[in-house]
Amino acid sequence: MSQPIVHFEDVRKSYQMGPNTVEALRGISFKVMPGEFISIMGPSGCGKSTLLNLLGCLDRPSSGHYFLGGDDVSRMEDDLLSMVRGARLGFIFQSYNLIQQLTVVENIEVPLYYRDEPEDRCRARAIELAKLVGLGDRIDHKPFELSGGQQQRVAIARALVNDPLVILADEPTGNLDSKSGREILEVFKDLHHQGKTLILVTHDSNVAQLADRAIRLKDGNIESDVRK
Amino acid sequence: MSANNLQQHALVAPGWSFLRLKRAVRLGVKSLWLHRLRSLLTVLGIVFGVCSVIAMLAIGEGASFEAQERIKNLGSQNIIIRSTKPPEEQKISDKGSTSYVLQYGLTYKDVARIRGTIPGVTVLLPSRIMRDYVWNVSRRFDAEIVGTVPWYPSLRNHRVAAGRFFAEADMETKANVCVLGSEMSRALFPLDQPLGKDIRVGGAYYRVIGIMEARAKGPKDAGAGDRNRAGADQMFIPLETARDRYGETLIKQRSGSTEAERVQLHEVTVKANSPEQVQSVAEAVRQVLEHSHKKKDYDIVVPLELLKEAERTKRNFNIVLGSIAAISLLVGGIGIMNIMLASVTERTREIGIRRALGARRRDIVVQFLVETVMLSGAGGILGVLLGITIPYVVSHFGEMRTIVTYWAPFLAFTISGLVGIVFGIYPALRAAKMDPVEALRHE
Repeated sequence: MSQPIVHFEDVRKSYQMGPNTVEALRGISFKVMPGEFISIMGPSGCGKSTLLNLLGCLDRPSSGHYFLGGDDVSRMEDDLLSMVRGARLGFIFQSYNLIQQLTVVENIEVPLYYRDEPEDRCRARAIELAKLVGLGDRIDHKPFELSGGQQQRVAIARALVNDPLVILADEPTGNLDSKSGREILEVFKDLHHQGKTLILVTHDSNVAQLADRAIRLKDGNIESDVRK
Repeated sequence: MSANNLQQHALVAPGWSFLRLKRAVRLGVKSLWLHRLRSLLTVLGIVFGVCSVIAMLAIGEGASFEAQERIKNLGSQNIIIRSTKPPEEQKISDKGSTSYVLQYGLTYKDVARIRGTIPGVTVLLPSRIMRDYVWNVSRRFDAEIVGTVPWYPSLRNHRVAAGRFFAEADMETKANVCVLGSEMSRALFPLDQPLGKDIRVGGAYYRVIGIMEARAKGPKDAGAGDRNRAGADQMFIPLETARDRYGETLIKQRSGSTEAERVQLHEVTVKANSPEQVQSVAEAVRQVLEHSHKKKDYDIVVPLELLKEAERTKRNFNIVLGSIAAISLLVGGIGIMNIMLASVTERTREIGIRRALGARRRDIVVQFLVETVMLSGAGGILGVLLGITIPYVVSHFGEMRTIVTYWAPFLAFTISGLVGIVFGIYPALRAAKMDPVEALRHE
């Protein structure tokens, strides 16, 4: 179990903004071992979002290497990258990002949809996860019929459905009231105890405290990397 | 727990499967159903395009079928020569000179000349045509009395429905026998059987020996003239009988003046041995007549030429129709593309989510393409249904013949499907080209 799940090796990312080149990440290296719960913090503009996009294989680094589950994904072509996202990653967004015209169970199924799983297996798995996050009685509801906390639970179930290597969460409590937020964080704790690997991007230090390792970014560099 | 679970996380590219397509179709149905009204309005263009193609094709097909049928009734190996009043003579007779006897038209000599000089001619069919009232006691019918030869039915594809046509013997004996047109027999004998009864024309009585079968009647046919319109108001008597009864001078009484004209034969039908010979025989006939007639007092009708002409007309009609159809389907396709582009923009966020959760570009392309194809396909089906119904209604109420050919709905439907693909590709590609990061940020 000593092989890292995520391995960043001097990753840089720059954008072209008109005539200027903006360097969002200036050579980041770190490793994530299985079962770790990491928080990434930093002021706005420090490269958090860029890092998250790279971690989530939604974007490719300008230079450096990113190994996810042993494969170098930093130069992968688009179709393969899509498959990596579908097979190895789970996303949880600040604004839930559920598909409005689909029901709870259908939303949970979406990642399996692109993996040619037989339909009855998909459905069974989706219902199982809906129950796990406490929405077993809401599976046929549409997202707009649910509270923010419930919607975020659906998103968590969706992130778990493909049994990913890493779960990436972007400000998962940012849109929630404190009570719902606490409940969601309880879910994260449970997941951590179950041995899931979690990376949580936040600027709320209370949230970050849950993690057993905190990475701070500043101006595109890692400022500190502290293990508890 | 999951790092060593390599099976689960292996990157296997899923191929195209029925399951995938089924899911895409189900998703498409769902999303189209969500915007029912919009979907319906979007496909209207296609519906009307397809529907008009089928309906117009059916009406055109029906009309040309009727025209061809009528021309075929004239006999495709036949050449029909008719006596016509030359234009300058017409003027004189219109002045009402009472003592003037107009002499024109085809003669028995012409018949002999054609028979003697043109090879490849088998049968000749001369006939005289008079208009007169036909009486059955007190019932009267304004009929065309045709004096002709016994082989008329076989040459003109006009069969006898009951009784028999007159024979060679009737010709020789100048028998007073007649064969009635279908409409005429119904008008003169509404209640009883006409066969064996006598009818009166002028001062002479004729025995009814046969009734012709009814023919398709329609609006004036293509160039065949009034006389041959339907054959329903014609009465046939032996040519010799007609010659005997009527002589060669016909006297017509018109308001205040009497008009006399002398015509030996009104119509001569020449049958060529084979369809290939029709053209050359027609040309020969033309030359023979040109030689012996100073004035152009005859008219040559070649049904085969008319048939070819009708086919040309139909082809032109189909080209016009095809362009109209293409334009309307183009307009419909642009309508669909417009809506799909709007839909792509509207669902940018959804596209971003799907991409983040593992959808490849081609999955997005397929999702939108399937939607467009279903839209236009549904439009096609609606159009086909409407397009089949309209000709039915038209022929039911408009007394117009319509023919829905089996390939027309098929063709229209296929084209509408193609329109869906062609006009769906651009919006779908646009959706697939989106950067997932940008799409997820989209509000």
